[in-house]
Amino acid sequence: MLLDVRNLVQCFGTTTVLDGLALQTGDVRALVLVGPSGGGKSTLLRILAGLDVPVAGSVAFDGEPLPRDEPALREYRRTVGTVFQAYNLFPHLTAMENLLLPLMHVHGLTDRDARARVREPLERFSLADHAHKRPAELSGGQKQRIAILRALVVQPKRLFLDEPTSALDPEMTAEVLEMIGELKDLGTQFVLVTHEMGFARRVADEVAFVGDGRVLANGSPGEVIDRSDVPRVRSFFARILS
Amino acid sequence: MPRWLAHIIVVAVFASLIALAFSRVDYVWNWTGVWEYRQKFLQGFGVTVALSMASLVASTLIGIVAAVLLGSKNVMLEAVGRVYVELIRGTPLLVQLLLGFYVVASAVGLENRYVVGVLVLALFSGAYMAEIFRGGLAAIPQTQRDSARAIGLTPWQSLRLVILPQAVRLVLPAVAGQFVSLIKDSSLLSVIAVSEFTLAAQEVNSFTYSTLESYLPLAAGYLLLTLPLSALSRVLERRYRYEA
Repeated sequence: MLLDVRNLVQCFGTTTVLDGLALQTGDVRALVLVGPSGGGKSTLLRILAGLDVPVAGSVAFDGEPLPRDEPALREYRRTVGTVFQAYNLFPHLTAMENLLLPLMHVHGLTDRDARARVREPLERFSLADHAHKRPAELSGGQKQRIAILRALVVQPKRLFLDEPTSALDPEMTAEVLEMIGELKDLGTQFVLVTHEMGFARRVADEVAFVGDGRVLANGSPGEVIDRSDVPRVRSFFARILS
Repeated sequence: MPRWLAHIIVVAVFASLIALAFSRVDYVWNWTGVWEYRQKFLQGFGVTVALSMASLVASTLIGIVAAVLLGSKNVMLEAVGRVYVELIRGTPLLVQLLLGFYVVASAVGLENRYVVGVLVLALFSGAYMAEIFRGGLAAIPQTQRDSARAIGLTPWQSLRLVILPQAVRLVLPAVAGQFVSLIKDSSLLSVIAVSEFTLAAQEVNSFTYSTLESYLPLAAGYLLLTLPLSALSRVLERRYRYEA
């Protein structure tokens, strides 16, 4: 996917969170956004995912600009998938029902066709035995993996993942990261916000460092994480990678 | 020991203590005198049931409307909701009944004390319902709304499939409690001479001078209404828990 972001401005109340952010990527499969908390990565991701409309600026994926009115934006959201840090799944439904809901209520599949579609992904990611459980009975890692599956089974153009492992312990983090790695190998395009630098290095085609409401550095993982000559970026990685 | 057995034992011990106290006091029971007025009791009970049902439905609707007002971004709408809730929750039901019937209803020419009674009760309970609903909605994490939007659900679909099912589970215990309170509060309608259950007991007492025999059945009658409601609430809560 080719991402072209120009002059993006976003405000919440009187605070300006994105301050004329610009980013042009190559044709990448996996884009990873990193940076300090409050720097604007999640805000950017929400705009890319079609959840929020920026105050100013433009976003285009593969030359197609993102709409700004809600009905068109809703149509866009139906073609992509988004996974948040926590509380993705609907707690009053089983894992299976969570997976079926978008297929049946948004994409018009029948119950039978929907179940047929989710069977293989559930098996592939070893979640079939847990499909009948409610989220309260699942571990954090299982919940996040089901949430990723729910975003996947609608056959989206790309996925947006906002710190999907930040609320998990190391073992579950590894389980979820492994799944995302597998997805990349299968050809899924995604934009990932994460603090997991090791994973970012391994899986990213491009990394963008978002801080103070702008992109301060972008390029290959090595260029941004290890060899950046932007002082702010260098000190960030020096501190967290020590 | 099974729970129902423990409950029965506690009630039996309590009842025996009461019976013991009365046997010491030489109280002459006059159940036959009161039994003659059983028709009056039954009629009053029927009126209480009808009033409570009507107020229950009305107060739930009022509560929903008020909760929407409270959550509105429009300053004036939110103010209407807030003033309503604070005024009602800050004054006694008795005062609202007296003002409602003798002042407001007279002023607008509404003479039917039953209608006024149901309206006042519904407005009273509705204010508490509004806060219960508002709290329930607020307790749902924002990510749930985000997830619903991210999937591409319309606002109506989000409400129907995601938000309301969770909100209902969250507010069920509190709403059941509010229903029980409403049934008991309906006894206050007796002060504007609505011929419901409590007024019936008061009248029987004034005819027979048998106070305990008039008021004990009254308490039993209310329990007959409130206990099944509490039990139903517990059954529903267990059925709709998040764990299977």
